[in-house]
Amino acid sequence: MANVTATAPATERLQLLRVLGPAHIWALGVGIVLVGEYMGWNFSVGKGGMIAGLAACWVAGLLYTCVAMIDSEVTSTIAAAGGQYAQAKHIVGPLMAFNVGLFLVMAYTMLEAANAITVGYLLDTVAGMMGHTGLNQKPFIILSIMFLAWLNFRGVLATLTFNLVITAIAFLAIIALFVSVQLGASAVAMDFSAITTAPLPYGWIGIVAALHFGLWYYLGIEGTCQAAEEVRSPARSLPYGTMAGIMTLLIAATMTWYVCSGLLPWEYLGQAGTPLFDAARVTGNTGLMVLLFVGTMFSTLASANGCINDASRAWFSMGRDRYLPSWFGAVHPVYRTPYRSIVFLVPIALIFALGAPLDQVVTFSILSGLLGYTFMTFNMVMFRRKWPLETIKRGYVHPLHPLPTIVLLTLCAAAYFAVFLGYGTQLSAMMCFYIVASLWFHFRRYRFVRRGDQFTMPWPKPQGY
Amino acid sequence: MAYQPPKQGLAGQVFDVITLLVLTVGALYLPLYLGFAGAAKTPNPIANPTWEALGQNATEAKQWAAIGIADPAAANDIITARFDYSFNWLPLIVMAVLVVGYFVLVVRLSDREYREVIEERFDPKRR
Repeated sequence: MANVTATAPATERLQLLRVLGPAHIWALGVGIVLVGEYMGWNFSVGKGGMIAGLAACWVAGLLYTCVAMIDSEVTSTIAAAGGQYAQAKHIVGPLMAFNVGLFLVMAYTMLEAANAITVGYLLDTVAGMMGHTGLNQKPFIILSIMFLAWLNFRGVLATLTFNLVITAIAFLAIIALFVSVQLGASAVAMDFSAITTAPLPYGWIGIVAALHFGLWYYLGIEGTCQAAEEVRSPARSLPYGTMAGIMTLLIAATMTWYVCSGLLPWEYLGQAGTPLFDAARVTGNTGLMVLLFVGTMFSTLASANGCINDASRAWFSMGRDRYLPSWFGAVHPVYRTPYRSIVFLVPIALIFALGAPLDQVVTFSILSGLLGYTFMTFNMVMFRRKWPLETIKRGYVHPLHPLPTIVLLTLCAAAYFAVFLGYGTQLSAMMCFYIVASLWFHFRRYRFVRRGDQFTMPWPKPQGY
Repeated sequence: MAYQPPKQGLAGQVFDVITLLVLTVGALYLPLYLGFAGAAKTPNPIANPTWEALGQNATEAKQWAAIGIADPAAANDIITARFDYSFNWLPLIVMAVLVVGYFVLVVRLSDREYREVIEERFDPKRR
């Protein structure tokens, strides 16, 4: 896969550095997503009750297992910066690639904004506990985004090594809370009586509605393939790192639901800003409170860090291909990072972090992710049809095709309905945005794109063309 | 002969970026500003709330106290708030048409572009 960029036009240009291993891929995927355990997932309990929250956790886990299986096959074969964007370019076409690039940028930039909002909220909560109410959250939101953008500007290895460490600590904090509560460290007993007294407060439709925020447990795991061009061995590292990531998250998500549902009344849990930290507060154990405060801070920072990394790679890739002004396709001469894309996306994240409510920002991110998962279904079918298994060498072949694709499409349809239950306006507005942007690209922007350069893989001609 | 795209000047590049920015911020912020976005829960507070009346047992009451809400009246709105999931079929059909129509549009236009890409990439006369 090392010749991906070598087949591009023979111009002298700087390349991204291949320095990452499987552990970095795991850290990138889990690092972005683990924050979903620390905040946001619990809105699914609010939308459907405790049982619906658990059902959403597992159904969304199934959806993301399909995503990871499909993504591992395609990405291990098309290992280029931009991940799904590069896949769409080679399999569906330029306009689809442009849209996928926008899905990625929007999903990750909104997730980054949500993380920054949570940092501000958490510090405000802790300041209140210390007797300093009314903390101004905005400086902390701005500082978080600016610091992480600077870190990304300076280099990918330092950025993802930083992520590896703080992600591991945040994951261990969840395990520590789970084990401590099992060993009786909580001053208040766990209580699951709501499972029998209010099993489904909204009926069965609540389970579907809960799937909306159930996606938040795992949203962003597909980000592992954004770093494909910076991985030493894509065929090995990408499937290994991604699948290890989804297994980690399934375990963490189930433990999180169990601890939070046992320690917090479901009505409170359904609207809490920092549920794991709140669960630690209920235990009355200062050590656990400090640990979960650190875990929440680290998970939000790791997630925002990974989001900046991924969004900037997608934006950079589009600039390099002239889908966006080519000015964005520059690599820093010293740090070898897509520095202009990193800097450009900072104010966009700030606009939403400082001006929109958390649940709205989370919904924007989920919607863009959902559109991306829908793309993956027909992208996988087209990939196998245009290049059957025997025609090109794949780094990984996912089993049971087309079952994962069918399951993914079915769950995506359910998730659209779940978002419609309460957030239909955002969905419609977002669809209008993507339709207008698509027409803009096809009728205006595409004339600046070099046709032949859009296909850089050393593959035979696709079947049917 | 391979397609040679025109060179885009600085003004054109800036214009394109501003167009995308306006589209993005506009589409995402307009529903918020117009008050169309979000599914606010509607509280249905009860009179003279007690933990028992609010359906909370003794352990749950301790949990509320541990997160700083010791007075049932302060939890009244949180506990009694509910989403409204009643919906009309027309908006649902409009949404479905938008989603499906969007993907059909993108895939069809993409295929037209993709054929040009493949033709140029694999036809030796056009490289």
